[in-house]
Amino acid sequence: MRQVAIYGKGGIGKSTTTQNTVAALAEMGKKVTIVGCDPKADSTRLILHSKAQATVMDLARERGTVEDLELDEVLMEGYAGIRCAESGGPEPGVGCAGRGVITAINFLEENGAYTTDTDYVFYDVLGDVVCGGFAMPIRENKAQEIYIVTSGEMMAMYAANNISKGILKYATTGSVRLGGLICNSRKVDKEYELIEELAKRLNTQMIHFLPRDNQVQRAELRKMTVIEYSPEHPQADEYRALGRKIDQNQNLSIPTPLAMEELEELLMEYGILEE
Amino acid sequence: MNSVSQMKETVEEILKLYPEKAHKNRSEHLAVKDDECKGCALKSNVKTVPGVMTARGCAFAGSKGVVYGPIKDIIHLSHGPVGCGYYSWATRRNLAEGTLGVDNFVPFQFTSDFQENDIVYGGDKKLERILREIVQLFPNAKGISIQSECPVGLIGDDIESVARRLAEELKLPIIPVRCEGFRGISQSLGHHIANDSIRDYILGKASRTDVGPYDVGLIGDYNIGGDAWATKKILEEIGLKVRNVWTGDSTLEMIQTGHQVKLNLIHCYRSMNYIARHMEEKYQIPWMEFNFFGPTKIKESLIKIAEFFDDTILENARKVIAKYEPMMAKVIETYRPRLEGKKVMLYVGGLRPRHVIGAYEDLGMEIIGTGYEFAHSDDYERTFEKVQEGTLIYDDVSAYELEEFAKRLAPDLIGAGIKEKYVFEKMGLPFRQMHSWDYSGPYHGYEGFPIFARDMDMAINSPTWKLIPSPWKSSINKEVAAR
Repeated sequence: MRQVAIYGKGGIGKSTTTQNTVAALAEMGKKVTIVGCDPKADSTRLILHSKAQATVMDLARERGTVEDLELDEVLMEGYAGIRCAESGGPEPGVGCAGRGVITAINFLEENGAYTTDTDYVFYDVLGDVVCGGFAMPIRENKAQEIYIVTSGEMMAMYAANNISKGILKYATTGSVRLGGLICNSRKVDKEYELIEELAKRLNTQMIHFLPRDNQVQRAELRKMTVIEYSPEHPQADEYRALGRKIDQNQNLSIPTPLAMEELEELLMEYGILEE
Repeated sequence: MNSVSQMKETVEEILKLYPEKAHKNRSEHLAVKDDECKGCALKSNVKTVPGVMTARGCAFAGSKGVVYGPIKDIIHLSHGPVGCGYYSWATRRNLAEGTLGVDNFVPFQFTSDFQENDIVYGGDKKLERILREIVQLFPNAKGISIQSECPVGLIGDDIESVARRLAEELKLPIIPVRCEGFRGISQSLGHHIANDSIRDYILGKASRTDVGPYDVGLIGDYNIGGDAWATKKILEEIGLKVRNVWTGDSTLEMIQTGHQVKLNLIHCYRSMNYIARHMEEKYQIPWMEFNFFGPTKIKESLIKIAEFFDDTILENARKVIAKYEPMMAKVIETYRPRLEGKKVMLYVGGLRPRHVIGAYEDLGMEIIGTGYEFAHSDDYERTFEKVQEGTLIYDDVSAYELEEFAKRLAPDLIGAGIKEKYVFEKMGLPFRQMHSWDYSGPYHGYEGFPIFARDMDMAINSPTWKLIPSPWKSSINKEVAAR
């Protein structure tokens, strides 16, 4: 079983990318579980064709404690046998969502959510790793490989670099490694070259360049992945390619985060077009 | 007595064990009073060296345990997981009169008992529910204080807005106190936070009509073992009216009307000087430190207090002193021969490390070392002037240092707290708890001194100590037996 965590700046398309990639892996015959680590609980919508009804924390709140839950109440099966769970948590501005993630992941582990026939567990984590709770998936014995979704936009790259710092911290004390950057294109100038260079400097690879395509939006409106909604569309093939690359990925590294100046230089070098 | 240089050598020897950084740090917290008081300065009120055993508490302990806990007719809610409230339940001997559950809630423990869900989703809704429940269960409660535990601050619960809304709904003062334990470096910040919340939510919110010229407030007496009662008795005997006690055996109304007195008498300076200074600034009420431990200090203090008022009070004070003098002389006559020359080491909290010195000296005893858990520099300034040359002063002393000092200085008595008690008793050293009075007291005032003298004698001259050396292990106990 491989445990994979997807991080990246908020709004970069982590959940969409994760679900489409997982759908591709499932199509290949892999048995996959998705764990949504975001109080918004929208990491499994495209697989379940609806927003998850029962999140671990919301149900725990209703019942009194997490010990009162049964696994099958929070683990749903969706498209192609993909199993889905959402940590859930408070509305913005209240309580501690990070603690919710910790509680939910512990619950899933302790109650045997990760069966022996599982090939992959994907953690889809809230954009900003604001506290220890959101680093839970990359701590010891959880996800061993991380993929960072980014684009050529400056703030997305800042976030990718920051997340690398977090990975480095846990990599030195545990087995977590960076598997690569997924470039979710925003059609920025020289985006491909820029992210390739960033990946190189971070001691990793750009594992795949996902072109921007409105088909993703069309599928999403129908609460489906592109793979399910339009299996013949070229964008579906992009996700299949990403899935295949992750499946075959041997390039797991300890990241070398950039200093702020270095990152800014990189942006200057690629970001400013010669007249 | 050890000479100054000898004492300094002893300190150096003990510090040798520490790594360089800790050595440097700790040496700044230890001082020996020398002839010109050149070395009379030490570092205090800073973070404890990580890794050493400290006796310090936290901000929650300072607020809930010390300042708020003794206010008897309001309910103090330990807001957070159950432990902080449970383990601070009834651990302080702040006595209070009244009917349990009607006008006295001191012996109770109220906790919001946070569960995982309260952390994840926030505890404000639960807090609302609890506040309503409290009023339903105890309709006579005059108010509620919310004592924040760490998680409340970590998850950013808005207890102030809950307090504001529910105070309106329940028509009751509800005081949110941000005394999360992680704030500050000892319980000291908790005192300050508690003082500030009293200033903002309680003080001046009510007034009495029967204001008189001899009204005084007694600040920083928590009525440990009945101390405030003993203090009050003397003050009233000289013709003063103790209107408010902060906060031993006190009521919400006392604290609300604290601004109406003519003089504030402050006992525990460390924990409540903040509110005394505030009342001075805002209401022009002067404040005065005083000391009611032992007849010498009582006499000094009574005259000083009386001089603030008029000749009648001064005359009364002289009469009262004269009345009790023979009684005190008798106590001294009884105990001084049994205690003369005995050496004492102290390690306590707010003010006792300096305030009890006079009482020991009245009994012919000698303070060879003293120190505070959480004092600031103004406390140490007040301490150096009260001790003899060669006295060792230690700030936030570690368990290791205190044990080593005791071994080398060989005191006849140690006065500290429950954390130290059994360590030293097992070393064969007489010990008295100077936070709780070892379940005895009061020690304040004319009423307290005979009890104090008896207790010290009981500790030092107990026949038990003769039984300590095991005949079959005499070599091991030679050192102890020699004492």
